[in-house]
Amino acid sequence: MTSVTPTRPTRPNLPLLIAAVAGVVVLAIVVVALYAFFFGGGAAAFGRWMYASALGVFVRYLLESLLLLVCILLSTAVLIYAERKIWGSIHLRRGPNVVGPWGVLQPFADFLKFILKEPIIPAGANKGVFLFAPLVSVTLALAAWAVIPVADGWAISDINVGVLYLFAVSSLGVYGVIMAGWASNSKYPLMSALRVAAQMVSYEVSIGFVIVTVLLCAGSLNLTDIVHAQDTRWGLLGWYWLPLLPMFVIFFVSALAETNRPPFDLAEAESELVAGYMVEYSASLFLLQFLTELVAILTMSSMTTIFFLGGWLSPLPFAPFTWVPGVIWFLVKAWSVVFMFSFVKAFVPRYRYDQLMRLGWKVFLPISLFMVVLVAGVLEATGWGVHH
Amino acid sequence: MQAQAVFFWIFAAALVASALAVVSARNPVHSVLFLILAFVDAAGLFLLMGAEFLGMILVVVYVGAVAVLFLFVVMLLDVDFAELKQGFVRYLPIGAVIALFVAGELGYVAVTWNGSPTPAAAAAPTGSLTNTAALGRVLYTHYFYFFQAAGMILLTAMIGAIVLTLRHKPGVKRQNIAAQVARTPATGVELRKVPSRAGL
Repeated sequence: MTSVTPTRPTRPNLPLLIAAVAGVVVLAIVVVALYAFFFGGGAAAFGRWMYASALGVFVRYLLESLLLLVCILLSTAVLIYAERKIWGSIHLRRGPNVVGPWGVLQPFADFLKFILKEPIIPAGANKGVFLFAPLVSVTLALAAWAVIPVADGWAISDINVGVLYLFAVSSLGVYGVIMAGWASNSKYPLMSALRVAAQMVSYEVSIGFVIVTVLLCAGSLNLTDIVHAQDTRWGLLGWYWLPLLPMFVIFFVSALAETNRPPFDLAEAESELVAGYMVEYSASLFLLQFLTELVAILTMSSMTTIFFLGGWLSPLPFAPFTWVPGVIWFLVKAWSVVFMFSFVKAFVPRYRYDQLMRLGWKVFLPISLFMVVLVAGVLEATGWGVHH
Repeated sequence: MQAQAVFFWIFAAALVASALAVVSARNPVHSVLFLILAFVDAAGLFLLMGAEFLGMILVVVYVGAVAVLFLFVVMLLDVDFAELKQGFVRYLPIGAVIALFVAGELGYVAVTWNGSPTPAAAAAPTGSLTNTAALGRVLYTHYFYFFQAAGMILLTAMIGAIVLTLRHKPGVKRQNIAAQVARTPATGVELRKVPSRAGL
């Protein structure tokens, strides 16, 4: 094995030294400012201002959104690392293990790689749409999180039509893919865009009917109310996964199809379409497309958690378990669903496209349609339904 | 209130601009994308008026499903721009007449408009009843038969479309999943006594 001796600079690197000193000074100023802010009564005044004036409310929403975005982006880093480790274990490999201890810094190394490479725009591409498509995708993927309550009252916007908003935003997500596929002016991306459009429109139908059954039981379109409706004295047996078990399975499978995950990843089937609509994308533009997929997985698992796994509720509705903060329960449940997503990718071979369509239209749609009628009938006959 | 006004002007200006772009864009795909932007802006205006359900449904149905298919038709069409522009002068008079007619109607509405005809019915519901619940109550209680009639018409249209386009091509191998699943070694394997030098 040949080893390359690293060449070290003999003199201290002057710009680096200046930057380090400046960094330390800035850090000291920030620490002092923070100390003054928290222990000088500034924090309390700032908190009151954020609820009192219009500008304060605006600033509060801005800060809340920023915090949530940071959490989601960090979660995507955790997600990609965890998934690669899980697939590695299932394939009897090690997974990422080089960058940082146990390879935990691998996502950040990948991130730097994407940022530092040169984005290449094909000469024949429709430039405006080509650049706009990843922005549309990532904006819509992140926008879905505006209504998701991660704990009781912990939603940026607790709107009455939260379910419809989520449904609308996720149905808009297909545009990023179509625009990318068309604007690339290449055969594989266009084929992939065709597949995605048909696939997402088909599975949205069954997802819609599944959500309708949940709405019938909960009697509200508000996500917070849906979780509250699952708060019964039976704990985890009262969450909707058990009473609506077939719907839970259909929702999970449809969620795989909706996020273009294996076994339904026909959009980027590498053995047929190379990478589908992402073929022509490189560097930071590809990063945005990739980020969209990861965020979509997190969104779908959060939706599964809210609709079927009781959101932030404790699985056992008595004392020591109810003391645990709701956000912890939410994270445990959502990440369990993510874990199931990863498992499926490692286990299940890819579907053939006509079988995918058959599953959506001829199996899921009739079952979910029948279940809507059945659930409505049962709720009406027994009087368990919510009457306004 | 001021924020609402600001958002109204943003949405309204974007709506008019994108509607203009729909008819003036050279690339038909760009036209459809601007049309989608116009839909989204209209949904934003619905939200500002407190009609959150209508706004969301507009996005789900028109933008999320109808416009996707529309976009695809336009993408896959081979549109010749020169041919499209050819009849412009010829059809200008009749187009102008229709435009004037529509503009006149709009002007008449704008002049004679004095608020909502029945303010109580048009106003957003207040109190405990949400927008969605109020809409459902009106639609499924007062207008139930109209709702059923609309459903029947849509069903007829759907069956008609299927009947017109469904063709069973002979000679195409089709997959019968039930038959595949029901296959057993007894039905799938057959033992034959092959005569020497004769084959089957």
